[in-house]
Amino acid sequence: MARKLLKGNVAFAEAAVRAGCEAYFGYPITPQTEALEHMARRMPELGRSFVQAESEVAAINMVYGAATAGVRVMTSSSSPGVSLMMEGLSYIAGSRVPVVLVDVMRGGPGLGNIAPAQSDYNQMVKGGAHGDMKMIVLAPATVQELIDLTVEAFDLAERYRCITVVLADGSLGQMMEPAELPPMRPPRPLEARPAWALTGARGRDPQTITSIYLDPEEEEAYNMELQATYRDIERREVRYVEERLEGARIAVVAFGTAGRLSLTAIEAARAEGIAVGLLRPVSLFPFPEERLRRLAEDVDALLVVEMNAGQMVSDVQRVTRERVPVHFFGRTGGVVPMPEEVLDAIRGVHAGLAREEAVA
Amino acid sequence: MTVPTLTRDMMPVVSYPDALASTPTHYCPGCTHGIAHRLVAEVIDELGIAQDTIGVASVGCSVFAYNYFDVDFAQAPHGRAPAMATGLKRTSPGKIVFTYQGDGDLASIGSAEILHAAARGENITVVFINNAIYGMTGGQMAPTTLPGQRTTSSPLGRDVASQGYPLRMSELLAQVDGSAFIARRSLHDVVNIRRAKKSIRKAFEVQQQGLGFAMVELLSSCPTNWGLSAQDALDFIRDELVPAYPLGEFKVPPPPPDAGEREAR
Repeated sequence: MARKLLKGNVAFAEAAVRAGCEAYFGYPITPQTEALEHMARRMPELGRSFVQAESEVAAINMVYGAATAGVRVMTSSSSPGVSLMMEGLSYIAGSRVPVVLVDVMRGGPGLGNIAPAQSDYNQMVKGGAHGDMKMIVLAPATVQELIDLTVEAFDLAERYRCITVVLADGSLGQMMEPAELPPMRPPRPLEARPAWALTGARGRDPQTITSIYLDPEEEEAYNMELQATYRDIERREVRYVEERLEGARIAVVAFGTAGRLSLTAIEAARAEGIAVGLLRPVSLFPFPEERLRRLAEDVDALLVVEMNAGQMVSDVQRVTRERVPVHFFGRTGGVVPMPEEVLDAIRGVHAGLAREEAVA
Repeated sequence: MTVPTLTRDMMPVVSYPDALASTPTHYCPGCTHGIAHRLVAEVIDELGIAQDTIGVASVGCSVFAYNYFDVDFAQAPHGRAPAMATGLKRTSPGKIVFTYQGDGDLASIGSAEILHAAARGENITVVFINNAIYGMTGGQMAPTTLPGQRTTSSPLGRDVASQGYPLRMSELLAQVDGSAFIARRSLHDVVNIRRAKKSIRKAFEVQQQGLGFAMVELLSSCPTNWGLSAQDALDFIRDELVPAYPLGEFKVPPPPPDAGEREAR
């Protein structure tokens, strides 16, 4: 299939259709509404389900219902809308049904604005919902990656019976880039739905999907099963991209759009003779801890760049345990840092290292 | 007592419904949830739909409804059963989907979900238990609590000046274009129980025929939290709830287009 100029929001919606998504439930919110609009036309055309819900609260529970029926189902939203979905996400995680959520982040807190931000890292990665739950979180940096990770999200959600989040931001949702869509995968036939799905007790005993375990011992045992799945995910599903790390003394750690624009700054710094590279975590849960620990041994300083006031940086500090100085540069509230600002931050870290060497 | 052997001229007139699990319930003595469960199970049996039915339990006393029906069941977050049922119904061709919700669940925290499920004409069946109180959390004021009724959160009686008025959900939902069948029945005596069953059956048939949103509200007792004996609680339904919540079918589907024609022939 040829590369086409595609807008991020339309690209991930169509990617989901082609990944065999059978139902989409959503609510309009900027900057991701084009995805809902695309689904409004596309899903009925293919005989699949689309409902514009009365709220994000209802949308995520429609998603929950369809997930219990054993179909590939998704929703998409942006930061304040995702906050409203937290209740449903906890129930979905607590009943182990596969669901895909695309969060096109914007500036906050509160109503905030509609400009690109990475303000939902903590909410998505640490869990903004109640209970010991985790979601796989994948962070694309290009429209192509947004497409590819959306397709992969359905497979991962089904493999681990969990929620998989594609964590994009307003700039990725709104930008147009040349990208290639995957081939059309047909939806699963009715008789091939998973054994745990609620399809009516025909030829088998009735079954239930629930997240309630009144007996604390039983709830704990269930939690241990969930935790075992999360450990399995941590072992098997770590994804990251590294650029220019060969011989680097400074490593920038940044995800998504922040990672992409940092690379521009890194190229400029390299041209100035600063040995700097990039580690761009693609999976935020599971976090690339092992790679980051090794990196901390190899470089003299880390610079975390985020489009928030510093959320992933605490994970970088936790993982590297003061083996290496961790610096932070961020813009928040919907301000996208310019590569020149990141370059200045790199120069600052570099100058600090030079001063330390002079003193030594 | 000896059980008579069935002979050719003796037919059983009553038996335990197949769709009702033989599990003792956690409901209080005198609570009418048991009657409502039985009626729903009898209707599922009569329509022969047990193998194609998926229930959605809510949050409240009926949270464990899935333990008492021998059909597939999901358990929804508080108030969200109509949204979950929407997702299930839209992706489950040929299946019958019903929710079983109390008044706190349906008329308070889930008021948006029920209203919009009705507005969409969502082809589901809703069994709505109205006992004018929060049962599971221990007897707090519900959106359906009567003016002046004492509960643990309206200890001096519901004061409409500060705590507002009860919601009549059947009347409210009957005026929504998307609803196809809306009825309110009571479970306080045999005559009313029989009427309730007829309405429950219609609410499932409406879904089978694909006519749209169907709901049966059932006036129910909560002897424990009302502080009444089982019999006094049934009398309270008759004397206090029924006058405040009139019984009847508020919306019925129009007769099929060829019905008049058939009569004419």
